[in-house]
Amino acid sequence: MIDFRKVEYHYPNGQRVLDDVSFSIKEGEVLALLGRSGAGKSTILKLINRLIEPSSGEVLVEGRSTRKWDAIALRRHVGYVLQDVGLFPHMTIAENIAVVPRLEHWSEQRTRERVSELMVLVGLDQGEYGKRFPRALSGGQRQRVGVARALAVDPPVLLMDEPFGALDPMTRVEMHHEFKRIQERVKKTVVCVTHDLGEAFALASQIGVIARGKLAALAPPSEIAVSTNPDVRAFLETVPRLSGT
Amino acid sequence: MKLLEFLIANKTEFLAALLRHILLVLTSTSIAVAIGVPLGVLSFRRPRLGAPLIAMANIVQAIPSLALFGFLIPLPFIGGIGARGALIALTLYSLLPIIRTTVSGLASIDPSVREAGVAMGMRPRELLRQVELPLALPSILGGIRVAAVTGVGTATIAAAIGAGGLGEYIFRGVAMVSNVVILAGAVPAALLALIADFGLGLLEKRFSPGRERSRSATAYVGLGLAAAMLLLAVGWIYFERSLGGIRVGSKNFTEQVILGEILAQSIERAGGINVERRLNLGGTLVCERAMLSGDLDAYVEYTGTALTAVFKQEIVRDPEEVNKRVAASYRATGRALQAPLGFNNTFAILVRKREAERLGLHRISDVSAVVSTWTAAFGPEFLDREDGFRGLANVYHLQFRQPPRAMDLSLTYRALADGQVDLIAGDATNGLIEKLDLLMLEDDRHYFPPYFAAPVIREETLRKYPQLAAVFERLGGSINDAEMRKMNYEADVEGKDVVAIARSFVERRFGGR
Repeated sequence: MIDFRKVEYHYPNGQRVLDDVSFSIKEGEVLALLGRSGAGKSTILKLINRLIEPSSGEVLVEGRSTRKWDAIALRRHVGYVLQDVGLFPHMTIAENIAVVPRLEHWSEQRTRERVSELMVLVGLDQGEYGKRFPRALSGGQRQRVGVARALAVDPPVLLMDEPFGALDPMTRVEMHHEFKRIQERVKKTVVCVTHDLGEAFALASQIGVIARGKLAALAPPSEIAVSTNPDVRAFLETVPRLSGT
Repeated sequence: MKLLEFLIANKTEFLAALLRHILLVLTSTSIAVAIGVPLGVLSFRRPRLGAPLIAMANIVQAIPSLALFGFLIPLPFIGGIGARGALIALTLYSLLPIIRTTVSGLASIDPSVREAGVAMGMRPRELLRQVELPLALPSILGGIRVAAVTGVGTATIAAAIGAGGLGEYIFRGVAMVSNVVILAGAVPAALLALIADFGLGLLEKRFSPGRERSRSATAYVGLGLAAAMLLLAVGWIYFERSLGGIRVGSKNFTEQVILGEILAQSIERAGGINVERRLNLGGTLVCERAMLSGDLDAYVEYTGTALTAVFKQEIVRDPEEVNKRVAASYRATGRALQAPLGFNNTFAILVRKREAERLGLHRISDVSAVVSTWTAAFGPEFLDREDGFRGLANVYHLQFRQPPRAMDLSLTYRALADGQVDLIAGDATNGLIEKLDLLMLEDDRHYFPPYFAAPVIREETLRKYPQLAAVFERLGGSINDAEMRKMNYEADVEGKDVVAIARSFVERRFGGR
């Protein structure tokens, strides 16, 4: 579904962000990318929906190089969930969810039906929340809207950039369950960026660890947990141990 | 409560002036929005282009309004007197706050919101329409509010170039030394500004993000309103231009307005010619420029003023000679000087009568001994003209305590009567001389050239309407000094309507209908 082939990326000033990154994700996989801030995780997401293009190498989406995709079509083909703030503050919840369908000139009728369907999917009561504005919602509710908005035109790929980073730990765990429930039904190909090891283990079918611009490891969670790779170990060490264990 | 009485007595005229004022501000602000918001978006997206653009708007904003109105008169297509020139000037003034607030509104949008839009596959135009403009709207509305409120004030000055509106009362009131008439313009203008401020403030609040509203409906109403306003503006500008007929002007003091009205009514009586009045223009040079640019067909000028102020020639004192030279200069520039009306409105060096009696002053040469402790005030034209203050001071050896003050000609009368200054240069035929108990000193060294009033008309217009020759012939020699002074007195002191004064004169002269 998504293939990185020897991808390098550096900023216009020459600073290197990604160095020879290659991997593939199959349809329906959930890939969690783990790494410190500034390791290049978000850059990988931006390469997938062509917010940026690789300096060398290729990124393929559905077998086609992103350079050959029309950027607008590609972005509407790929859902994107950002941290909390990405909702449009001047639009109601229903309007926020309807953004991409409207860009795609769906009929009013079809758009309305889709919005209702999605609000049910993410567990928000339409009567109560549909006409509210984002600032009247809690962090967790806003994130549900973000997921619904990203899924609006049923894109096969879903990108998530620290989606639950701003939530309190209890809500975050609740959202992890919600995500799994939703993914169970929609079966998207998901790339999720996080610096939270627990989140990666909770959500992912594959975990990639990024360190110093390189992909240090890519494996299912069970293998990552026992990896001897020093970069992976460094991450595993971050989990606090309770005394006596 | 005199103000209320005045407004009720003149309600048709007042409502027309008020409506015109509102239209001027509405139209210029709408045009400024239509131009300024796109320019603001451009400035935001291309800062290298935006910086000089904003600098330019800043410079325009810094030009004093009367000067800007003056600059615009000679420009082809966009300039000129009347509503067109005023609309352009007001629009230019409104641009800066609108461009600025558009830029700052766009700049204040949370970058992650913009990023979300791009990541969701919005094209730049979709992002602008659906996300950036709605979020910048409260800020832009703030700019429109500033533009409209200052526009209400600036539009009062537009009366100086014949655009009408409430400013006309202010100018007229100053000329008549009447507080009531000044307030008739100033109070409604102030109220209008407050209403605009309050109304747009409400709108601004209403459009803050996250407010419940039917968004699309309001947007369409706003869009429709802006479009209607633009259509109206274009229609207005061309309507004013295409009315055809003769445009008769005057400068902005009482005598000139009366003469303009007399000229207009006389032409109307000749039949079959549509007359458009552009009275109360802001001075000799405004009239001259308007004539050269084709915005004005005829007005009454004074021979001495034409010789020195318009054609910058040396002072000549023989009336026949002045007339000959002025007629030749007008002919060379496509105009025809008509037969003088009869009276000579020379500059009158005026002092308070009581003071003059106490000091035994009769002639200008008498005052040179006493002026060292005096202050003088003159209209700006008099300070500047060849036949003005400098020559006068030389000929009569006048050394004032301090350089003379420059102020509005009409205001100098009041300043003299109130004892704030001791000597002014007014018009010999002004009715205020009598009303304010002033004395005109004799020009015993014959410094001033003759100022016989005579209509000037564009030759093109004269060829188009040959029947005008007879009108000017009948007007020639028809008003002597006493009659002119009497009409000025009726207007300035008795407060009679200028149109009625002119009508009664024309009826006397041309016989009843």
